[in-house]
Amino acid sequence: MKYRALKPFALLLMLSAVAAGQDLAAFEKRITVKKLENGLTVVICERPGAPVFSFNTHVDAGSVQDPMGQTGLAHMFEHMAFKGTDKIGTTDYPAEKVALEKVETAYAAYIQERDKRVGRDEQKLKELQKAWQDDIAEAQEYVKPNEFPQILESNGAEGLNASTSEDQTEYHYSFTENRLELWAYLESERFLHPVMREFYKERNVVIEERRMRTDSNPIGRLLEQFTTAAFQAHPYHRPTIGWIADLNSFSATDAQHFFDRYYIPSNMVVAIVGDVKASEAMPIVEKYFNRLPSRPQPDERTTTEPPQNAERRVELRERSQPLYLEGYHRPDYRDKDDNVYDAIADLMSNGRTSRLYRALVRDKKIAAYSAGFTGLPGSKYPHLFAFYAFPLPGHQNQEVADAIHVEIERLKNEDISDEELKMIRTRAKADLLRGLDDNEGLASELALFQSRYDDWRELFHQVENLDKVSKADIRRVANQTFVPTNRTVGIIETVAPPPGPAQNGGGR
Amino acid sequence: MKRISLLLGCVFAIGLSLQAVPATAQTTWQDINIPPLPAFHPQEPKRFVLPNGMIIFLQEDHELPLIDGVARIRGGSRSEPVEKIGLVDMYGEVWRTGGTKAQTGDQLDDYLEIRAAKVETGSSGDSTTISWSCLKADFDDVFKVFDDVLRGPEFRSDKVDLVQKEFFDAISRRNDNVDEIVGRESAKLAYGAQSPYARVPEYKTIVAVTRQDLVDWHRAHVSPNNIILGIVGDFDSAAMEAKLRQLYGAWPKGPAFKEAKTEPMPAKAGYYLVQKEDVNQSSISMVGVGITRDNPDYYAVRVFNEAFGGGFSSRLFRTIRSQKGLAYSVGGGIGTAFDHPGMVRLAMGTKSATTLESIQALDEQIDDVSKHPITEAEIKTAKDAILNAFIFNLDSPDKILRERMTYEFYGYPQDYLEKFRLGVEKVTAADVARAATKYLHKEKLSTLVVGNPAEFDKPLSSLGAVTDIDITIPPPPGEPAEPPAKPGQ
Repeated sequence: MKYRALKPFALLLMLSAVAAGQDLAAFEKRITVKKLENGLTVVICERPGAPVFSFNTHVDAGSVQDPMGQTGLAHMFEHMAFKGTDKIGTTDYPAEKVALEKVETAYAAYIQERDKRVGRDEQKLKELQKAWQDDIAEAQEYVKPNEFPQILESNGAEGLNASTSEDQTEYHYSFTENRLELWAYLESERFLHPVMREFYKERNVVIEERRMRTDSNPIGRLLEQFTTAAFQAHPYHRPTIGWIADLNSFSATDAQHFFDRYYIPSNMVVAIVGDVKASEAMPIVEKYFNRLPSRPQPDERTTTEPPQNAERRVELRERSQPLYLEGYHRPDYRDKDDNVYDAIADLMSNGRTSRLYRALVRDKKIAAYSAGFTGLPGSKYPHLFAFYAFPLPGHQNQEVADAIHVEIERLKNEDISDEELKMIRTRAKADLLRGLDDNEGLASELALFQSRYDDWRELFHQVENLDKVSKADIRRVANQTFVPTNRTVGIIETVAPPPGPAQNGGGR
Repeated sequence: MKRISLLLGCVFAIGLSLQAVPATAQTTWQDINIPPLPAFHPQEPKRFVLPNGMIIFLQEDHELPLIDGVARIRGGSRSEPVEKIGLVDMYGEVWRTGGTKAQTGDQLDDYLEIRAAKVETGSSGDSTTISWSCLKADFDDVFKVFDDVLRGPEFRSDKVDLVQKEFFDAISRRNDNVDEIVGRESAKLAYGAQSPYARVPEYKTIVAVTRQDLVDWHRAHVSPNNIILGIVGDFDSAAMEAKLRQLYGAWPKGPAFKEAKTEPMPAKAGYYLVQKEDVNQSSISMVGVGITRDNPDYYAVRVFNEAFGGGFSSRLFRTIRSQKGLAYSVGGGIGTAFDHPGMVRLAMGTKSATTLESIQALDEQIDDVSKHPITEAEIKTAKDAILNAFIFNLDSPDKILRERMTYEFYGYPQDYLEKFRLGVEKVTAADVARAATKYLHKEKLSTLVVGNPAEFDKPLSSLGAVTDIDITIPPPPGEPAEPPAKPGQ
């Protein structure tokens, strides 16, 4: 999600348009797809040039799959995927395994006592906590700290990282092409033999991540409250980073169970883009990744958010400057109108010709920035189309809300112009092409589309579908979506700090 | 999509491509053969200089039917008058939004967007830029706009007013985000609050900037002898060179840009506190003065930084994050910059109740550098990390162009990257130890904490004298000092 202000760039990478059909034909020749016996899909895109490649491992599970009471677990596992394997990160795995099992037993006993509703024995709790910590210290004896990422880094891994969203988890980096087999080994081992070592320390790291992103950031606080209010039934109401109580509760065993359940080959797509030949690379990838055991597809039933029939509102009173955000429920990414929402987002938000910029920033001069976007908090399930604005000093949230609503009414009541429609279509093609000269970005897109549609070609079809969006479609979708009862509002209102500055040289 | 992330060239030996792969999967990573990388000769851009001093780089790239370019002009916000801080950043925006003689900025927006093209301007401490991006077929149309904005901007007053409002907004929001506070105040401690490397706009300095200031800045700086132009994309270099020589050859020279050298005036070492009650995590930043990139110790410093506070394998990450679980975000090292000393900086975020513990942990890590110097093994890991990823500096024609333009701008040799690679290869443990001793001194660092002292594990004053930093924003001229909170809606 982008709350980035409209800023000029030193060197724009915006690329322009050629016919999508042409691109697809050219790209079909470069791309090889193979579903391995175990169900894992591999996509290889040949892009000759510098002798490097990028990959993206896309796991079709995110925080929506977090079990009840264990929010944050999908993201926690992502952190654990950097902790090594039974061969990497350990001095003696058989002994470490025993020690880690002891940690789990001790932790379970500690948690059982800690969470007793009645009759908790404080003395016993202290002893259990100490026993758990002692077992952690014992297990630590076998750890070679950060050996897994160290191997990657010393081999020159570029852009080493991973991310977890509501919908999915991704792992990625780039290597020189002579390290393809090394990569295939390391990336498959990570999901063949993950070890939950140093789990409880890493849990503290994740809690610090929560403090940084959410607790100590007013926009983070707003987003958490807003999303929670907008979704009442569907798991989108829970934060990806996790609630603090859950972060302080789930165990390494829970993380292992999550892995066993969702990191199954049929849930995974591995995309590789770069100076590789599919005929040489595919056998290597297959040899290593086909080792992952196939497992049954998990029960993915989840509830559907019921229709909203009354406006909801969260108002945070903060010491920071005002911010206005509103969201409307819309169907998931497979909906026939998906591209209509994309067209609306582009029309309302893209650049200085966008309607919200021109209305709120340029003409009314009430906001520093305003935009609309789709995909909050994810897009795999029914989600929100959102609008937001940062009011200029001296202007109120209500003013920007009213101005946004004026623009929404225009969408409902007037056809957009021919020039606007042309602009949307041209830019969609440009945006598609923008990604084609970047190995890392292209690997991410190909993996995403292969996972979501079982066909990477959808990445290109999106542009063709957008070409079919009509003026009437935009009016129809705006009328059915942007209605007050379907709306959740989240705002930050500014309150003054308490009187009397506390200038005491950092006393307690 | 909301995502939560875990973190924050040259010629190679000729060799075999990937083949000779064993039929079965290897069982340990050490068993895997890493064949030599095929020879790679990155394509160099063509460089030429017009008689008027304009330097031009042309880099052909025929993969996609696109042409992009950027002109970098000497002189940036470091050179603006102290009573008009913000002038150059405002200029960097209105240069484009204010339009040309023939067209308003809004008309340019419409003209370009229908072609999915961009012409944008911007600014930084030492330069301003004007760039474009377009489809090859639109090149003549878009390049005409580029040239009009480059040489004939109008700086219309309505856009000067608009940018002033945007800057007012940015100032009003500058204390909302902890990172922004830490970044700003760290630079002030390292370089001095009034230093061109650290100072920030205030309402009164923004109000002081007029349209005429922007016009004057343009006239004083935008002349061919101050410009480096780079173009990358699907074009023919010979034809492009002829076109540019014809277009810019007769453009008269202007005054050469000169910048007064400013020495850092670091704050007195000690503890500095910004109180922020609405956070549960303290942001800690230990800062001092670093080095320039032409310093002979640069290579040793880069290896030290990688080993000390670079990636997952570094000491700071390993101890503070992985072993102690004190932080999500932690890192640091001896900062470097091309034309002025970078900032020495160690930074982390930790819960309020481990603030002092974390400062002490960082102190220990600095002490440890002399007690347990960076080992041969650590140096090998760091050098391997830099050298094995070196090709990612040069893996696209566009990146190579940008590298070359950067060295040109700062007067570094065009083979700087290759020198860097050789320099890193030669670094020894003794070099790293010497560099660390020379540039990293605990007693010279200022320790800044942005956090809620009511929840600290111990008072910050238990470590030494604490200076409170007041980040209250001075009101705009003519407004009361403590503006009342806006009523809620």
